[in-house]
Amino acid sequence: MSVLTFLIVAVIKIAITLGVLLTVVAYTVWLERKVVGHMQNRWGPSRVGPFGLLQPLADGIKFLLKEDLTPPYVEKHIYLIAPVIALVMALTSIALIPIGPVVHLFGISTPIQITGVVGATGQPGDIDAGLLIVLGITSLGVYGIALAGWSSNSKYSLLGSLRASAQMISYEVSLGLSLVGVLLMSSTLSLRGIVDAQLGTWFGFIPQWFLFRGQFIAFFIYLMAAFAETNRVPFDLPEAETELVAGYHTEYSAMKFAMFFMAEYANMVTVACIASVMFLGGWSGPPMPFLPAAVQAFLPLIWFLLRVFFFLFLYIWIRGTLPRFRYDQLMAFGWKFLFPLALANVIVTAFFVAIRA
Amino acid sequence: MHIFLFLLFGLLCAGGAINLLIQRKPINSALSLIVVMGSLALIYLLLGAEFVAVVQVIIYAGAIMVLFIFVIMLLNAGEEEHTKGSKVAKIIGIPGLITGFIIGVSVLLQHGPQEKRIHIGELYGSASDVGMMLFTKYLLAFELTSVLVLIAIMGAVVLARRSHSS
Repeated sequence: MSVLTFLIVAVIKIAITLGVLLTVVAYTVWLERKVVGHMQNRWGPSRVGPFGLLQPLADGIKFLLKEDLTPPYVEKHIYLIAPVIALVMALTSIALIPIGPVVHLFGISTPIQITGVVGATGQPGDIDAGLLIVLGITSLGVYGIALAGWSSNSKYSLLGSLRASAQMISYEVSLGLSLVGVLLMSSTLSLRGIVDAQLGTWFGFIPQWFLFRGQFIAFFIYLMAAFAETNRVPFDLPEAETELVAGYHTEYSAMKFAMFFMAEYANMVTVACIASVMFLGGWSGPPMPFLPAAVQAFLPLIWFLLRVFFFLFLYIWIRGTLPRFRYDQLMAFGWKFLFPLALANVIVTAFFVAIRA
Repeated sequence: MHIFLFLLFGLLCAGGAINLLIQRKPINSALSLIVVMGSLALIYLLLGAEFVAVVQVIIYAGAIMVLFIFVIMLLNAGEEEHTKGSKVAKIIGIPGLITGFIIGVSVLLQHGPQEKRIHIGELYGSASDVGMMLFTKYLLAFELTSVLVLIAIMGAVVLARRSHSS
């Protein structure tokens, strides 16, 4: 593949991924309002378009047209750059996620993954330390929140961002450890390699996902830590509206607020993608030979999106169900329960992997 | 291309380091330190040391610097006062720095290991390579470092306990 085709393919992939991601983000907000509404015996958005389907568009227009306030007491440079950091880090990490196998279009074969390329042998290649890079980028996202709270020069924002940084650092440890078991079993850090290790089935119908291969506890540790990392209920203390007005983004308005909002939902999508790749076999799914070939080409994408949708729905479901933690409970839960459990999971997995080797 | 990127990130790194010293507000200094860490990671990546680069970002930029900023936010540290600096440092400092730099570079170029010089993009530092090295060749150093870190953690716990009870 020449450099020019490589560049063109990369730009097309980036444009499509970004477009799909932002649409998913917008409609996750719609879905959340709709589902939580029905859970609380309300209708949710229902005025703009059929079933309120155009509501995200109306919200976007509203965010763009509202007065963009910058309070006079803020640290201006940091105040302006904080939402940018949050959003950029949230949108960048999706580039590493392998969404599907290799596709052949117009004589060019390329894997459905922004950072993936097809090597000389026709095998799809991937960044060797892909998972670590995703973790690295998401760990930088905390700066957006921390700096937003500090630069706003308001006590509510500061308290919110203090909570956020402490919480995200604490739960990052359990999050990382919960993934180590999967890495031990797949013996690779490349996300594509991890999916490839889960593609088979037992008896022809039980998929060989790591979830079914002993990483059951790790999966739940990951889910809980991921909820805390994305500041979602029941761990949404950084924006606890009963105590902190709106937490770290109290002083932000219009599009700058929307950037934090989009960053939170984009992070949810990334976390869901990682969970699908690590525990649920990525794009693997039962073959459907009775479908036409054109539809079959899209099947892996559909399987992957279904998994992501499942996790996004789980987020919303839990938001409609659980109350918020108290701050000391949050820290005790993270350090005294999740962390030792994740450590024990690593030790037990290492033991079994060593026996089998 | 490689040399251009190397110069770019090298300049960014040096610029961040100088800005770190000049800035008066602690938070700006901390942010410049993050820039230094980030550009260092990119230079490692250019050299081909992928794993080290990612670990540099996760540990230094993602964890340690967040704690720095956390502490600065918690203490709400204001502007620091700079002294004007001594005259001796001004007169001897810059010429001394330049001569030191020249001597260091010339010694390295003349007496450094000629045949073993690594060029940009030549190293291959995947996670498994680094892991093998750590658990075979450098096992003793690795284990001793982990004991050292453990002692530091225990010391921190003891100190925190003592101030809590009194």
